[in-house]
Amino acid sequence: MILVLIDHDRGEIDALSLRALTAARKLGQDVEAVVIGNDGASLAAIAGEFGAKVLHVATHAAITDYTPMASGRALANLVEKLKPAAVLAAGSPRGNEQLAHLAAFLDIPMAAECSEITLGSPHHVLRARWAGNLIESANVHSDLLVATVLSFSVEPESINGAPASVSNFEPALEPADSVVKILSRDAGESKGGVTLSDAKVIVSGGRGVGGPDGFGNLEELAALLGGTVGCSRVVTSSGWRPHAEQVGQTGTKVAPDLYIAAGISGAMQHIAGMKNSKTIVVINTDPEAPILRYADYAIIGDLHQVIPALTSAIRQAKG
Amino acid sequence: MDVLVCLKRVPLAGGTLILTPDSRDIETKHLGFGISPHEENAVEAGVQLVEQMGGTLTLLTLGPSDAEEQLRSQLAIGATRAVLIETDGQEWDPQGTAAALVDAINAEETKFDLIIFGAESADSAGYQIHIRVAHALNRPIVTNVKSMKIENGIASCERVVAQGREHYEAPLPAIVTVRDGLNIPRYPSVPGRMQARKKIVDMKKAEPRVPKLEKVTLALAPSKDKGAEILGKGADAVPALVDVLKQIGAF
Repeated sequence: MILVLIDHDRGEIDALSLRALTAARKLGQDVEAVVIGNDGASLAAIAGEFGAKVLHVATHAAITDYTPMASGRALANLVEKLKPAAVLAAGSPRGNEQLAHLAAFLDIPMAAECSEITLGSPHHVLRARWAGNLIESANVHSDLLVATVLSFSVEPESINGAPASVSNFEPALEPADSVVKILSRDAGESKGGVTLSDAKVIVSGGRGVGGPDGFGNLEELAALLGGTVGCSRVVTSSGWRPHAEQVGQTGTKVAPDLYIAAGISGAMQHIAGMKNSKTIVVINTDPEAPILRYADYAIIGDLHQVIPALTSAIRQAKG
Repeated sequence: MDVLVCLKRVPLAGGTLILTPDSRDIETKHLGFGISPHEENAVEAGVQLVEQMGGTLTLLTLGPSDAEEQLRSQLAIGATRAVLIETDGQEWDPQGTAAALVDAINAEETKFDLIIFGAESADSAGYQIHIRVAHALNRPIVTNVKSMKIENGIASCERVVAQGREHYEAPLPAIVTVRDGLNIPRYPSVPGRMQARKKIVDMKKAEPRVPKLEKVTLALAPSKDKGAEILGKGADAVPALVDVLKQIGAF
């Protein structure tokens, strides 16, 4: 059996978990899923739809919100009971963190960001390194494989399965397990509305935008296309835009239907966060910019002229 | 306040990576070396804490003896001293690395109030060494921190996610991993560089373990080279782009 951690934020599923479920199903064994926290129980239908027979729900008074070490303990308890062949999660910051706690509790290896998994003795994985520019072929010497699935390396496939049967359990937490947890949140710098990870269209700006004011045009275009604005690391480091909008290995990894990169040359770490977008359009003055290698279409030109022209042309076309 | 910052020497790869003939490592003959991106923020955070609260800042790394170069350049920023756990130059797996770091930390006379890591290494991105160290030392850990305050023995931390900010607290002694954006790392001053030459770098040896996550080979990721179709130059190319956007159903 393969056990998959479904990550959720107060009951709302992280869609990358569906990819982890799909990757698990491809290993040819039964799949069961686990959520940490009461409010995850509502995910039994979608867990079943994507192939999980059972949804284990870890419930404990100390788990009121994301509590990564408690997740690790709950997973360790469940592993002891169920003896799965592997525990998988999405290769997201949270997926990696919770499984690292599991691996640390059990003192066994963990393979992060795997694009391919072959169970055996030893297990074998292909995993992404160097912001996805290198693929490591590695053996994992452990009975239980603990691995996270590289974001976007597998498409989520529904099997229209029946809702998973829910099985509640109370993990045996130590006091130290729940010391670190989310105590509060605020919307911070984000404007609300469409978030980067959900957006179907992202209009992203880099150094070429020239300053915070230049993003007004990008926002207008993004709004017109029902999308949101992203940016490169230099933009957030310069304080032009909030960090929550940064796309890349060190920001948010995205894969929208349309990614428009304006004035972004394409550093390795930025490419790692957007190369899986369905259609990539580049607007750049430099015909040699590295980002062109990853693009489908490009306009060679100054974004300060191209973006406003594009916005008004789309407005006209929409009528 | 005694702070420890863990660093990793990594090649500074610009555009294209080249592998060694045995495909086990990156060819570094023509590359410079530095530390991982978030680690400059980790050192800056350590320097600021010691400036504000007094105490010491120690640097710790595991790597080849050449990693002394990275330690010296960070000592120049304002760290007190450094410890280098010397390897044979081979890459160690995360469990072996974490165990060696824990041994070195336990061997220190100073009981560090705060241990800071960068959120992820540039090269191996295993996402676990900091967590293994936290477990071994029985310390709370907050990861991916973008803003931090130390008050009344508590590290009050914020993590930035797509939906906004999350607030965490960890009582000291604690471990945090920090991200780019936490602060603006300073450049070393000339006196700083001079002083760094005289600061102590303790060299230690550690025996490699048999790796449980065993690297077999590396390969370059298949190029996603799509060969962008150039639609034209400047605003004149906009109608062609509008056609494309219509075709893909963008509006």
